[in-house]
Amino acid sequence: MSDIEIEIDGKPLKAKPNSMVIQVADEAGIYIPRFCYHKELSVAANCRMCLVEMEKSPKAVPACATPIMPGMKIFTRSPKALAAQKAVMEFLLINHPLDCPICDQGGECELQDLSLGYGSANSYFTFGKRSVADEDIGPLIETEMTRCIQCTRCVRFGDEIAGLRELGATGRGEHMEIGTYVQHAIHSEVSGNIIDLCPVGALTSKPFRYTARAWELNQFPSIAPHDCLGTNIHVHTRTGKVMRVVSRENKETNGTWIADRERYSYLGLYHGDRLTKPMIREHGVWKDTDWQTALEFAVKGLQDVIHQDGAEQVGALATPNSTTEEFFLLQKIMRQLGSSNIDHRLRQIDFSDQDSFSLFPELEVPIADLENCSTFLLVGSNLQKEQPLAAISVRKATLKGASVFAVNMMDYRFNFKVADKKIAAPHEFVFALSGIAKAFLPELSELSDVLVTEQDRLIAERLRAGEKTVILLGALALNHPQAALIRWLAHHIAKASHGAFGILTEGGNASGAWLSGAVPHRAAGGDSLQQAGMDAQTMLQQARQAYLLLNVEPEFDCANPRMTIEALEAAKFVVSLSVFKSPALERFANVILPVGPFTETAGTLVNAAGQWQSFRGVANAYEESRPAWKVLRVMGNLFHLQGFDYESAEEVLQELKLLLKQSPAHAKEFKGTKVKKPGNFLSRIGEIPIYAIDGLTRRAEALQATQSIIEGDLAAVRVHSKTVEELGLRSLDVAKVQQNGCEIRLPVIIDDRVPLRAAYIAGGIKATQDLGELLGPVEISV
Amino acid sequence: MTKTSCTVLSARVRSEIDHWMLRYPPERKRSAVMEALRLAQNENGGSLTESVMDAVADYLEMPKIAVYEVASFYTMYNLSPVGQHVINVCTNISCMLSDSEKVLEHLKERLGIGLNETTADGKFTLREVECLAACANAPVAQVGKKYYENLTPEKLDALLDELG
Ligand code: SF4
Ligand code: FES
Ligand code: FES
Repeated sequence: MSDIEIEIDGKPLKAKPNSMVIQVADEAGIYIPRFCYHKELSVAANCRMCLVEMEKSPKAVPACATPIMPGMKIFTRSPKALAAQKAVMEFLLINHPLDCPICDQGGECELQDLSLGYGSANSYFTFGKRSVADEDIGPLIETEMTRCIQCTRCVRFGDEIAGLRELGATGRGEHMEIGTYVQHAIHSEVSGNIIDLCPVGALTSKPFRYTARAWELNQFPSIAPHDCLGTNIHVHTRTGKVMRVVSRENKETNGTWIADRERYSYLGLYHGDRLTKPMIREHGVWKDTDWQTALEFAVKGLQDVIHQDGAEQVGALATPNSTTEEFFLLQKIMRQLGSSNIDHRLRQIDFSDQDSFSLFPELEVPIADLENCSTFLLVGSNLQKEQPLAAISVRKATLKGASVFAVNMMDYRFNFKVADKKIAAPHEFVFALSGIAKAFLPELSELSDVLVTEQDRLIAERLRAGEKTVILLGALALNHPQAALIRWLAHHIAKASHGAFGILTEGGNASGAWLSGAVPHRAAGGDSLQQAGMDAQTMLQQARQAYLLLNVEPEFDCANPRMTIEALEAAKFVVSLSVFKSPALERFANVILPVGPFTETAGTLVNAAGQWQSFRGVANAYEESRPAWKVLRVMGNLFHLQGFDYESAEEVLQELKLLLKQSPAHAKEFKGTKVKKPGNFLSRIGEIPIYAIDGLTRRAEALQATQSIIEGDLAAVRVHSKTVEELGLRSLDVAKVQQNGCEIRLPVIIDDRVPLRAAYIAGGIKATQDLGELLGPVEISV
Repeated sequence: MTKTSCTVLSARVRSEIDHWMLRYPPERKRSAVMEALRLAQNENGGSLTESVMDAVADYLEMPKIAVYEVASFYTMYNLSPVGQHVINVCTNISCMLSDSEKVLEHLKERLGIGLNETTADGKFTLREVECLAACANAPVAQVGKKYYENLTPEKLDALLDELG
């Protein structure tokens, strides 16, 4: 249909049919006041603030709910429109407490602003005001429901976007209240968005409450480093200190929303564990020192090992949240020293196919395009907890008719409908996935032992029929002992269904790590190396004499915490660049160099779809900590290495970008091996819970409190009710959990989402830090 | 169906809800919520509890809060326990002009309770309601499915004796 011509405030405008007046006005930059309308939510038209005059209409009409008509003439500032807006404002304020001086929203409140712009200084209302008792809805959101103007944005967000309807409008008329009705904490992992949505101070951030006023804050754009989507955020600081984080719209990545992990991880920034000074350990005693001494000590220690044992005795491990610049400099130091033992894939163990990757483990669809896909296959992915915003996009797609299939190790409850699923224990997982692959490609000799079920055939058919199919691999698929085989199968399924293939990596910058050479087999820029170094597993299995760590907390961040700690403790010399200290770090390190988190450094993150996003440091360095890229630069100089004279992080990036100009084209060709029938034993599902993924989130207390509410007790072993019987256990028994030589005790919880022959024992948390592989065999007994 | 709804709602109520569900397309079965709540309330001695509402939500596969919204919106769902007979006295304009105030006073005195209270023996609950659409015969009260019109203290006494 062709565009419709209308006129707003005398300005001729053109717009698509079915647009609402307010949309057209917004696009033309004509502001119409509103409370309930939000471009991402359905139209409720309940606040009436957007009343405007329409030619030939005796009454003012709501701009948010009035579709445009050819020749329509709208007046947003005529006496009639203004009178209507003023009257609505007066009604809205009847029950509002007008407690702005003690309200956290004061200074950034839509009600305050609009009342100033469209209201009146007086009210005719002389009766008692209504008040509403507050509810406790969890550690993240503070409520002050007397301030609520019942726009229902928060209710619609839960219903329409988050897919978890937790808030509602109960009661009627004068007694209507927004709340949960029965006391309960909000479970959604994107709940914080209702704070941004609420036009008044009814819903505010609990941790931020009473700590700063909006007008004292400086706002800086930044990028959150917690998942592979590259979520855009605004960081608010006061006198150089981060006070809170709110969402920043970017249509190409996160859209309008951010997840609670991105919003509240800042709470860990100034945790008591923050390192304040460089520290060195001499004769077993830790002492604070100055940077010069510490750096010289570090360089000398590493040099000694290189002289005595050779450069290949040094290994470097970096968190996948590091910036591209940090990765680049770390690998540059390592390679000039003569070692390619560098990796960021800390929780992965199968690297047999690492040469088959293209430049980085990419997601072949743009993130913004996920919501337009027609068919999804999730492979080993707890999407909603790993990439909450991707789950929201998938949900959006399903509401438009897309179907989702899942091959998973746990029967997750998602906020979107799953059309069909196969749930298999980790050691049976490859076999389960093979069924679907074989339904596509019966001739593959590697799959000769595989049985194809009716379900496999049906799923394959639907994937093939999908107009825009995408296969998404999640953390458990990547961390699986047979990850290469899983990739090969999934890639085959993607190709056979003419769909896209997508790896959703852990951490905020795995793509940047690959591109900048923080992998053992490729140089910065992506060239394959003649002589590949050791990957994250090998350099621990064949323990090195020295390690250089960048923000690694081995007890929580690695595939096999136990083995990692042992290797580090046995090493002669360990240098750790770290934001936080921990007892483990103090046990194995020889030098600890305090570096800044993402808020205190400039850097670049590359998301799963390959979008580069640079950000600047937005807060003051904490005590004596320094940006890691600067520390690495100085180390390079102290080692007398070539080309470490960078003046800024941008220069580092420029150098990498030049290398990438000549980057080779690696064909994505995964290789398969024979798929065998799984054995009969019990395996561990060592998933990393939503707020345990990195050092910063682990130290954000409000997130930790939320995690125990939404995930239940994680210091436990969860098994299917049938498994409990088979093992001769009972619910809440304290069981002995053994993994090659390590033994811990954990209470048993019955959880029927866990498949048979498997036990869910989370990783990344204190209670399980003494265990071995995240996805290996495990024994459970009384 | 899932466990909660089966333990809280009786087989009879569930089969009656099933009967109502047939009137709506399967993906809209939540449309049966009002009838489901009515049936569940009847079975539960005239009022709804949180667990009963949760069971209805579970049975109709809808968010619990959506059930609470419906139950708290309509005054004929009781969210706290009520007596065997709920006496709803209209105090809206026509009844008010016809002395509904006196009707209320008389009932309060005879039953020894105030508004929204229940007699100690659990027989009567007294409530005030808006227009019952029987203004021609004001003052009016409703008990169960029956209207009692042109009320006087004598008529009320007779009514209470009859019910008691
Ligand atoms: S709490 Fe805020 S967002 Fe929710 S209805 Fe009230 S005013 Fe609107
Ligand atoms: S914004 Fe239009 S009625 Fe609320
Ligand atoms: S006013 Fe009482 S029935 Fe109408």
